[in-house]
Amino acid sequence: MARSKGGTSALPFEKPIEEVLQDLEALRRAHAEGKKDLSKEIRDHELRSENLIREIFARLSPWQRVQVARHPNRPLVSDYAESWLTDPMELHGDRRFGDDPAILTTLGRIGSHRVLLVGHRKGKDVKEKVACHFGMAHPEGYRKAMLKMRLAERFGLPIVCLIDTPGAYPGIGAEERGQAWAIAENIQDMTGLRVPVVVAVVGEGGSGGALGIGIGDRVLMLENAYYSVISPEGCAAILWKSGDQAPEAARELKLIATDLERLGIVDEVVAEPLGGAHRNPGQAAASLKQAIVRALDDLGGVPVDVMLRLRYEKFRRIGAHLFN
Amino acid sequence: MAWLTRKKKKDTPEGLWQRCTGCEEYIFKQQIHDAHECCPACGEHFPISARRRVAVTSDEGTFEELGADVVGRDILGFHDAKGGYAEKLVKARSVSGLGDACVAGRCRIRGIRAVVAVLDFGFLGGSMGHAVGEKVALALDAAREDRLPCVVFTSSGGARMHEGALSLMQMAKTSAAIHRFKQESGAPYVTVLANPTTGGVTASFAALGDLIFAEPKALIGFAGPRVIKNTIRQDLPKGFQTSEFLMEKGFIDRIIPRREIPGELARAFGLLLPSSPSQ
Repeated sequence: MARSKGGTSALPFEKPIEEVLQDLEALRRAHAEGKKDLSKEIRDHELRSENLIREIFARLSPWQRVQVARHPNRPLVSDYAESWLTDPMELHGDRRFGDDPAILTTLGRIGSHRVLLVGHRKGKDVKEKVACHFGMAHPEGYRKAMLKMRLAERFGLPIVCLIDTPGAYPGIGAEERGQAWAIAENIQDMTGLRVPVVVAVVGEGGSGGALGIGIGDRVLMLENAYYSVISPEGCAAILWKSGDQAPEAARELKLIATDLERLGIVDEVVAEPLGGAHRNPGQAAASLKQAIVRALDDLGGVPVDVMLRLRYEKFRRIGAHLFN
Repeated sequence: MAWLTRKKKKDTPEGLWQRCTGCEEYIFKQQIHDAHECCPACGEHFPISARRRVAVTSDEGTFEELGADVVGRDILGFHDAKGGYAEKLVKARSVSGLGDACVAGRCRIRGIRAVVAVLDFGFLGGSMGHAVGEKVALALDAAREDRLPCVVFTSSGGARMHEGALSLMQMAKTSAAIHRFKQESGAPYVTVLANPTTGGVTASFAALGDLIFAEPKALIGFAGPRVIKNTIRQDLPKGFQTSEFLMEKGFIDRIIPRREIPGELARAFGLLLPSSPSQ
């Protein structure tokens, strides 16, 4: 995972950060060449860049956060799987129609926990991105996820679901094979899974396509991820009659992590490294892993019937505190 | 009854006649009403309000409303180009006479006790916000507690985006209620899909019926046809996302004309349940 090198992958509001980081890089090079002792300048510059990043990220608009969630260098589900899992074994196919690469299902260990990890796969290179429809799953993807979750249930493995999708794929085949049915059945059946389920929104939480693997005992969310009933562009196209109003729609939809925590939809917001997960993917993976392992540890001691009752209550009463 | 369907004369009083969107004949409105909001000439199904659906489905005088006080609120303070969601709600209420886009209650259908929930497309496109989700869940809870069949009639554009992720979570809420209903009630959950049923409503309680009935020629799907067209950049096949298409693909049990639905519901309950819950 390369760090952002400026140029094409930097977001518009990241440009000042990239400039300062480039200056810092130049100072370090000059220092390394040994012509002059620049350690004081380097320290000053480091401090300046940190302050600048902190300042810019402290006042990101919801729309800018959506852009961070979609950042080309943002770590993906496959990166987290690679970073966390020891002894990974990817499983394929829904045994009915095919194998949707847009959903990753893999056995493995996270720390001391044997788990099933399920997540949206967006793809690392152009070929893979196209094969994965940029993380938009078909019905067979959701059915694969459910089949593997049933497997995990039989063997008592807790399930970790990582959400990162613009939405479920809108196409002819997807409709013909029952996209709505596949998602609805997953939502219903995940309510009753007799093993702990920890969900984390790591990038884009796109509507029903996200919720199709999104029912669990704990719902975590990375600081710069978003979770929404519709994309800001889609919402703007309908209610503002123009996709250009996406920033306004993003603001109105209350789709950022802190809003969702306040609405009782997300249980825990997991902090990202300074400047977003893409500036330090290793640190992002480590802090999310820590939060997930903590949730798995907590849930491990809960009797199954109690866990199922609490899971039901969690979704049956969602947002209830807002209505009193 | 040719006089009923003949062309409208210029001096015909406005409001007594309606042009059929199917056969394009002018039909006397009372006749449409008597045909359960269908064209008596060609059978075209017109939109039907939730109240009217309750009236044509339940035995007279048996409907007891549930959750009449559950109404939507503008939790997010949502404003778009045309103004605030709070004002939209007020307007929708005064136009429809409903608190929100769903009417629920206990009733009898051909003598058999059941709980129904009906979406009203006339109220913000039948969209699902927290009030709609709550009322569908309330209907399922009541049916579960009384071990009665539960029937949900859908017509909806999907989740109500003015409520952000809270509306999305109604998919989870209703599906959790259905899961519990199926485990504990011993009674069937039946959905009746009317035109249109799309988005988050299809992908939650509409698709989860033990039995799934649909009215003829209804638009039913997950993604809207326009979104699909814009994504794949090609024309959609004829009849795509209709009731008939979905039955052919295996997602719907039966297509039933509106007038026959109450009788078919009662027949299904009778076939599935050992003793009719009418006693």
